[in-house]
Amino acid sequence: MELTLWTYEGPPHVGAMRIASSMKDIHYVLHAPQGDTYADLLFTMIERRGKRPPVTYTTFQARDLGGDTAELVKKNIKEAVERFKPKTLLVGESCTAELIQDQPGALAKGMGFDMPIVNLELPAYSKKENWGASETFYQLTRTLLKEKVSSSDKINPLRWRELGRRPKVNILGPSLLGFRCRDDVIEIQRILSEQGIDTNVVAPLGASPDDIERLIDAEINICLYQEIAEASCEWLKRNFGMEYTNTIPIGIKNTIEFINEVHKKLDLPLTNKEELENKSKLPWYSKSVDSNYLTGKRVFIFGDGTHAIAAAKIAKEELGFEVVGLGTYSREMARQVRATAKDLNVEALITNNYLEVEDAMKKAAPELVLGTQMERHSAKRLGIPCSVISTPMHVQDVPARYSPQMGWEGANVIFDDWVHPLMMGLEEHLIDMFKHDFEFVDGHQSHLGHTATNTNDSLNSEKRKEKNSKEGIIWTESGRAELIKVPFFVRGKVKTNTEKYAILRGIPEISDETLYDAKAYFS
Amino acid sequence: MSKVKFNKETGPREVFCGLTSIVWLHRRMPDAFFLVVGSRTCAHLIQSAAGVMIFAEPRFGTAILEEKDLAGLADAHEELDRVVNDLIARRPEIKTLFLVGSCPSEVIKLDLATVAEKLNKRFLGQVRFVNYSGSGIETTFTQGEDGALKALIPLMESSNEEKLLLVGTLANNVEDRFKKIFRNLGISKIESFPPRQSTELPKIGKNTKVLLTQPYLSDTVRDLKHRGCEIISAPFPLGIEGSTKWFLAAAKAFKISELKVHEIISPLINRAKLALDSHKEILKGKRLFLLPESQLEISLARFLHNECEMDLIEVGTPYLNKDLMKEEINLLPDNTKIVEGQHVEKQLDRVRESNPDLVVCGMGLANPLEAEGISTKWSIEMVFSPIHGIDQAADLAGLFSKPLKRNQILTSKTLVTH
Repeated sequence: MELTLWTYEGPPHVGAMRIASSMKDIHYVLHAPQGDTYADLLFTMIERRGKRPPVTYTTFQARDLGGDTAELVKKNIKEAVERFKPKTLLVGESCTAELIQDQPGALAKGMGFDMPIVNLELPAYSKKENWGASETFYQLTRTLLKEKVSSSDKINPLRWRELGRRPKVNILGPSLLGFRCRDDVIEIQRILSEQGIDTNVVAPLGASPDDIERLIDAEINICLYQEIAEASCEWLKRNFGMEYTNTIPIGIKNTIEFINEVHKKLDLPLTNKEELENKSKLPWYSKSVDSNYLTGKRVFIFGDGTHAIAAAKIAKEELGFEVVGLGTYSREMARQVRATAKDLNVEALITNNYLEVEDAMKKAAPELVLGTQMERHSAKRLGIPCSVISTPMHVQDVPARYSPQMGWEGANVIFDDWVHPLMMGLEEHLIDMFKHDFEFVDGHQSHLGHTATNTNDSLNSEKRKEKNSKEGIIWTESGRAELIKVPFFVRGKVKTNTEKYAILRGIPEISDETLYDAKAYFS
Repeated sequence: MSKVKFNKETGPREVFCGLTSIVWLHRRMPDAFFLVVGSRTCAHLIQSAAGVMIFAEPRFGTAILEEKDLAGLADAHEELDRVVNDLIARRPEIKTLFLVGSCPSEVIKLDLATVAEKLNKRFLGQVRFVNYSGSGIETTFTQGEDGALKALIPLMESSNEEKLLLVGTLANNVEDRFKKIFRNLGISKIESFPPRQSTELPKIGKNTKVLLTQPYLSDTVRDLKHRGCEIISAPFPLGIEGSTKWFLAAAKAFKISELKVHEIISPLINRAKLALDSHKEILKGKRLFLLPESQLEISLARFLHNECEMDLIEVGTPYLNKDLMKEEINLLPDNTKIVEGQHVEKQLDRVRESNPDLVVCGMGLANPLEAEGISTKWSIEMVFSPIHGIDQAADLAGLFSKPLKRNQILTSKTLVTH
């Protein structure tokens, strides 16, 4: 039993939902009680999707447990298939259903449908979200392609020459609730296309089961996020001989390395090597004299494996920071994160406990934190600037603008996103330095919130203002008590409005009733 | 009883489970901690529903069951013991610890009552332990509060002192307003359940007159009755009409004249009506579809029809206690269609067919419906906002008028310039 106040990853069936919701023509019947439907809001509220996840929850209740929950599963599968007509059906269970062992996957397979059915067994008491997503994508790929295994020759990555066409690759791993996946795909496709390489299939994001079946039309696979796609890439390599890339194209050096790796695997000559250095503004911005102050900035990094490792490399080699802490919540990526940490002479922190991360952050005394939204909050409490580099997803991590992490534009985005909080840190310092100068305006709202502003000062000034209330209006005790209950961010407005109302009506003393009268008057 | 049409539906649902109510309960009682004994799903549910990252250490958490806990119940009990010890060592300020059952803990029949009993002996005088279930196989959303309150009743001492007991979580400022009004009516002893401190439980007995503030407390009401409390039958204090009848019912129980009530609340009513007008202008004649979630749906429908002149297409509710809702149902217009339970797909079919102007629904459904061109109001906001009482009637109406107003602004053909 593990005490958890907050968790970086959801349960494995949420990972399966990420795959199902990323794709087209798929439906997922999930044997689960009603409360598990909360997961829909991850997609509809956080990712702002205008579509419900393609998931039917069997919604079993306590009273069903004595009876036949298996019948309930079959009824839901039947209805879902009739209504949604999926080309492939995923069937699985959440934590509670796992305990009652109805084996919904086996039940579905016995119902005589002619569509492929993927039976998902995702152990909810030992595994987590990313593992569930990876396993689902792998089982789906395997189910849809296993019949082609024996009949297909191993894929020769050089065959595009004989076929007289441009080389084709698959981009595997991008999914909903993944960090900036939508934009990374566009960026990577653009880069590949410039190099004369076509994209065969992007999956799971936007793919249909038909697309999965034609994965083997490509020569190699781009493994864009190891957490999600490595298991599938490995299976495709073992069974079809498809090579896959290991380099994650985040940062300039890794993007160039990635392009090299793709060319090498396809035996495609790289003719524009010199050009590549100038594709992004990051190298020059980092070199320009005003970036001198970035040198040796202490940075603490925590996130999923893919983004944490990439961030460490960029921080050290491309921005000249000093990495003083590196960690991940992805246990599946622990080995790689440890290796990277060793190279940087720091000890890797592998944990799912955000309080441990906060402690490590405190001890490392960084000047910049690169982390998840949780580290952003921890850093805020410690008064340290932070930039978010990884899931778990927050509504802010789905920006309206084009904002990839990968490739040339990704490097531009990273430079801005990491350096601006530091500049704000500098600004903070200046504000602190000059705050006693008479030109300085009181009540400046710092981006660091309560840690950076002097609470006593602002309270005193509020009291001062209250005493000197205009037009000689007096706030009675009940009025003031009521005003204090108004949230601070609208308190000023409520106060002004109430006084305005009191003047208008010639009321000399403001009581709680006056406040409510004014509220009604102005609403 | 007015001629409403009752229907029942079963099938796949789209609602929260009872664990979600921890999100407001822990704020109400800052000296309590809610420990869910469940899975990673439970932990993820609460943090997703609450957006809890802003807390350094929230006053709720999950003891996540792992494979080894499932192997033997004896070990699971021991493990829970260990987790509780660690927690109390870390958070010595905790006065009451709620052990909250979940779907998996109920299915493996983890006996939280026995665990609580043992812990109570060990931590006597330091921390009190109570247990209830917020599991999704037994409870929906607000029913979690019902379970939590019911679990506290055995800890309440007996007293025959005459008092008014407000039952159900209210926003603190609303509660203060209500108490002031009741005091003005001449009721001197007014207490709340749940209290603001978990250790300050009200004493109850045959002279306790219970006035419900929330409609989802069936089990709590039953147990309060068993303790001799008198339950005041009234609609719920949502909107001017509901609140007025609620005050009147309380006054009657304390033998206070109607005249006195009107004398005190009519200034409130007048200004509330004034404030309500601008919202009514937007809501009037608009067609409303309420999907089931919080059990507040019937009261909301009554308010939005009777005071804001909206037309009711369908009123969903996850669970219907006809006895408790009698006064509310009586106020509904004839032929109102009430649907208890849910088949979310069939219900959404009806939403689309009926072409409503506004749908009240859960967060999972809101944006998909908006994308289809249907305006929505997500229901979870009703349990987080101060909406009770006469003074809040306009704010309550505002929750519904805002999406319509916004829709109007965004779809307006002419560009407004200032």
